[in-house]
Parts: sequence; C-alpha cells; structure tokens
Amino acid sequence: MSTTFGLLAEYENPAQLYAACERVRDAGYTKWDACSPFAVHGLDKAMGLKPSTLPWWVLAFGVGGSIFMFFFQIWAMVYAYPFILAGKPLFSIPAYVPCWYEATVLSACLTAFFGNWVLNGLPRYHHPAFSSKSFARVTDDKFFIMIERRDPQFDQAAAEALLKDTGASSVEELED
Amino acid sequence: MANTAPSTSIALPDDPNVRGDIVLEDPIEGREALVRGDRDFHYITEAVCKGNEAPLLKTPSSFVFGLLLAFAGFLLFGGYVGWLFWEGPGIWGNNNPVSWAWDIVNFVFWVGIGHAGTLISAILYLFRQKWRMGVNRYAEAMTIFAVICAASCVVLHTGRIWLDYFLFPIPNQMQLWPNFRSPLEWDVFAVNTYFTVSLLFWFTGLVPDFATLRDRATVKWRQLFYGALALGWRGSARHWVTYEKAYQILAAFSAPLVLSVHSVVSFDFAVSQLPGWHTTIFPPYFVAGAIFGGFAMVQNLIIPARAWLGLKDIITIRHIENMNKIILLTGSLVGYAYGMEFFVAAYSGNEYEGFTFINRSFGPYWWAYWIMISCNVLSPQVFWFKKLRTNVYVAWVVAALVNTGMWFERFVICVTSLHRDALPSSWEYFVPRTEVLFLAGTFGLFLFLFLLFIRFFPVIAISEVKTILPQANPHWEGYGHAKGGH
Repeated sequence: MSTTFGLLAEYENPAQLYAACERVRDAGYTKWDACSPFAVHGLDKAMGLKPSTLPWWVLAFGVGGSIFMFFFQIWAMVYAYPFILAGKPLFSIPAYVPCWYEATVLSACLTAFFGNWVLNGLPRYHHPAFSSKSFARVTDDKFFIMIERRDPQFDQAAAEALLKDTGASSVEELED
Repeated sequence: MANTAPSTSIALPDDPNVRGDIVLEDPIEGREALVRGDRDFHYITEAVCKGNEAPLLKTPSSFVFGLLLAFAGFLLFGGYVGWLFWEGPGIWGNNNPVSWAWDIVNFVFWVGIGHAGTLISAILYLFRQKWRMGVNRYAEAMTIFAVICAASCVVLHTGRIWLDYFLFPIPNQMQLWPNFRSPLEWDVFAVNTYFTVSLLFWFTGLVPDFATLRDRATVKWRQLFYGALALGWRGSARHWVTYEKAYQILAAFSAPLVLSVHSVVSFDFAVSQLPGWHTTIFPPYFVAGAIFGGFAMVQNLIIPARAWLGLKDIITIRHIENMNKIILLTGSLVGYAYGMEFFVAAYSGNEYEGFTFINRSFGPYWWAYWIMISCNVLSPQVFWFKKLRTNVYVAWVVAALVNTGMWFERFVICVTSLHRDALPSSWEYFVPRTEVLFLAGTFGLFLFLFLLFIRFFPVIAISEVKTILPQANPHWEGYGHAKGGH
C-alpha cells in the first residue's frame, strides 16, 4: 500500500489562495506549501515565511570575489611578472578598477543564480505533487496548497476539513 | 500596491489585431490596462504557448522560409570565419593607419545593441515600470544574441585566433598574466561578465515559463526538453521568495552593467592618445548611443513579431510608443554629444583635435558623417509628434534608419580618426574588401538564433505578465474584498 505524502487543495484565484494561506498559517502548520503560476504579491506574509537568506550569500561571495580580484591583480602586475606598459605604474588602483568591478559583479551574480537553485532544492527530478493531474495547471491558472503528512500536527480529517472550509474547489490525497 | 483597474469606459473592438494598435488617450483617473481585452491568466498561457506548441511539421512555411534564409546567413558566417582562419585578416581592407575598421565597428555595433535589453530587463524592473513585462523576454534574448555576434567579431579580429586564450587570466607555462591595466583587458572582462550575467538573468526568468510548457507538453520530446530546462519548478511560494530575491539581485547588478559595459568599450578608444578618440565625453556618449541603437533593434524585431504571433493584446501600441520616447530621448542625447565633441575640439584650441573634427565632417569620409547625422539625430525627431510615434510603420522605418546610423557612427569614430595619421605620408583611404560578408554573416547568425528562440522559447515572460493583470492582486476589488493592504 502506498503511503500518503499529504493533501493537495486547489483554488481558483489569488484572493482565495491568500485567504486560505492565512488560515493554514494560523492553524499552526509548518510543513506546508502554496503553489501558484506567478509570485502572488504579499503571499510570503500570508504564509508567515521568513525572508530569503540569499542576499547574505550574495554579499559574502560578492565581497569575497572582490577582495580576491583586487589582490590577484596586485600580485599578477607587481610581483608575478612586473612589466611597465604604456607608462602606467605597476601598482595603479585606478587602472585596476574595471576588472575589479567586473569580477565583483560576476561573483555576486553567479552566487545569486546558483544560490537561488541550491536554496530552493532545485533542480529536482520529481515531486509527489506532480502525480496529481490537476497540479499540471499550477503553471497556468490554478492555485494550490499542500499540507504534508510529516507535519507534526497533521491529522488527515482535520486538515481536509480546514482546506475545504477555506473554499478549495477540490481536495485530493497525494501519494508519496 | 495600487489597483490598476482596466478603464472599462472605452469600448475597444473585439479583434485583437486591431485592438492592440488603437491609441488611447491618457486617462485622467486610473490607468489603461497593460494587457488589453479583459484577459484572464489562462489566455496569457495560451497566447504565448501556441507559437511554441505547434507541431514541428506544421510550422508555417513563411516561418520556415525565414529560418532558412537566416540559416543561409549563418552558413555564410561560418564560411567567412573559415576563410578568415585560412587567409588571416589580409582579406580585410584594413591598412596601415586604419588598423581598426569593420571588425571593431561590427563589435561595437553589436555590443551596443544588447544594452536596450538590459535596460528593459534591469533598470525598468527596478523602477517598477510594469509595461516592461510585455517586452523584456524579447529584449533579453536580443541582448544575448547580439553579444554573441559582438564576441565573434572581437574574437576574430585578433589575427592569430588560436592565441585568444592569452586574453584570459589562465595560469600558463610562460607564467604570464594579461595586463590588467590595459583597456583592452578591461573590455574582455566587461563583455564576458555582461554576457554571463545576461544569460543567467534570462535563464532565471525563463524557468517558470519552461515549467508551463513542460506541464502542457503532449509529446515526448517537448516533455523531456522543457522538463530538463524547467529544473523541476513547481511554483512553490517558498521558492518564489528566494527566486524573486535572486531576480532583484540580478537586476540590481545588471543595472550598473548597462552603464559600465559600453563605458569600458569606449575606454578602448578614449584611453588612447588619438585625436578624435581621446575625449572624456566618450563613456556617457557611448552608453546613450548603445541604448538608442538597442531600442531601435527591439522595435525592428518586435513590431513584425507581435503582429505575426498575434500578441498585440500583450504588446500594445503603448509599448511601442514608450520605446519610441526612449529612442527620441537617447537620439537627442547622441545629437548633443556630436555637437559637444565639436565644441570641445574648438574650445581646446588643439589644432590636431580641430583638424580631426573638420576632417570628419568635410573630409574624405564626409558621406559617412552625414549619414550618421541624418539617421541618428534628424530621423528620431519625428517622434515629437504623437501621431507619428504611435504609427507602427513610421516606428519601424525610423528604427531601421537608427540602426543604420548607429553602425555608421562607429564607422565614423573608428575609421575617420585613424585614416589621417600625424604624418601626412602615412595618410591612407580605407576601402573595405570582403567585410560586407562579415557583417551580413553576423546578421545571419543573429536572426537564426532569434528565429529559433521565437519557435522554441516562450517569447513573453508568461509568469511576469500574469502579475500585471488586475486580478493578480489578491486584494483586487473584483474579488469582492474590502480594499486594504497587508
């Protein structure tokens, strides 16, 4: 017998989803999620989500890349192969600025890009929600809430009643 | 966020091909809806995906013809590159004083084109210009393909192409490093960073739309192709939080890139000691010109594409008008820069500088100079009139003129400054030999990539356009909620 992953409730519009998320949040669930075709404005607050930690990673790697490039240029130009070209001094901060700046931008942007996928656990081959037929419209015009079975206070009957009460057009069980 | 209710008082015709071209008066209260025709979320999905989802064998023959034509251009490019490898830059007309000609002209031309895409995707995003959502995907795609063309030109101009790896700081057996104090090395860093960041930004925006195509895919190859590209995206709100943050950060870092990349390109010229190049006005002048030429290329691509793909409800005449206003602004800035160059040459009292500019406009290359002035400064002035800037035919023709003018601007800067050396004995008139095939080849490469993009990738940012529909706001009054924030 297959085990349940949790419950999947479908909503018709962002307003219903928003109101339902506030209810699920207030009911005290922690292992749950909302899925929508676009980022619904303010949904993070309705769900009680913490802000992303991504900016801190970007700051750390951006500053790191910046410092590395600055000292790398000094090392390469002044120590590794000192060579006067175009009459510029070997150690010349103004002449180092463009590469220094570009390396900062590049390291910050690479962190933002890869950090986004790593923090979100993507790429991911499969997710139980994809077994639902109706979930295919999550990238089109339908809105969903999932409450997972591993939530400490998960009780299938109570969760189903809550989701139905929030105006879900359908509630289905997801197989793991 | 304020509610942007559609102005229902204005009756628009039902035909989406007509509706998108109607110019609406600026409303006094409320704003015109960005997407016309009272559309729902599903319409956006359908409208954008239908072009990608048509079976391969049922691709319209007009499109196949265009693709084959572009492919022929692409083959021309490949053949030309092969010839260049075999013979070397001797197949160009470059001569002793004019050592930079079409190779660098093409490079600056193409890299400038890209800037409009980044301006739309990053700066307009940070300024919350919602109309950008309809056009950003095209413009970003254009950026990437234009930078690919630019990179090919600059990589191929070095002569000994197999030694191009010298440009990168790769540890090597000679224990040499590139000269980080040289503007040419700054350019390597600027263009590579620009390309990488643009690509990451573009791909990040595409992932939710790839997921849409994946979920709608009915045949195996599309399920696999879009499934792989979508990275398992499921629209989770927990993901959107980090995703939007990543998008904002990429936008925030791309915004200064719009200004810095072409500034660095201008340093290639401005840091040298050559009269006509050695001016402090170059960075802002190049950036304005890049945005100017880039928007013209967006217009050239988007005006036919929106009609052909039936997307006039999403890319309305208002988008075209807004971009024409930017073309007018940046065209006038460029005109100011042309005037200021002359003023500085006169005011400096430097006779070499003065000679260069008089020679530029009345010397052997007077024709290039006046093509540049009439295309870049005079032609966009028609956009002062609302009737003309909201006419798609006028917009397309002016955009084509601007693109021509911007190519000639780079020709004027490169060739006229070089062909009169300090020693009159080395004066030489530059005549191109086979370079026109090079330029045509890069256009082939560009259009080939662009047509493939239109066929296989969502041309509108589906998930972003949905957010600008009024009903995307969870507090929209149409849902019967009391107005109020959170």
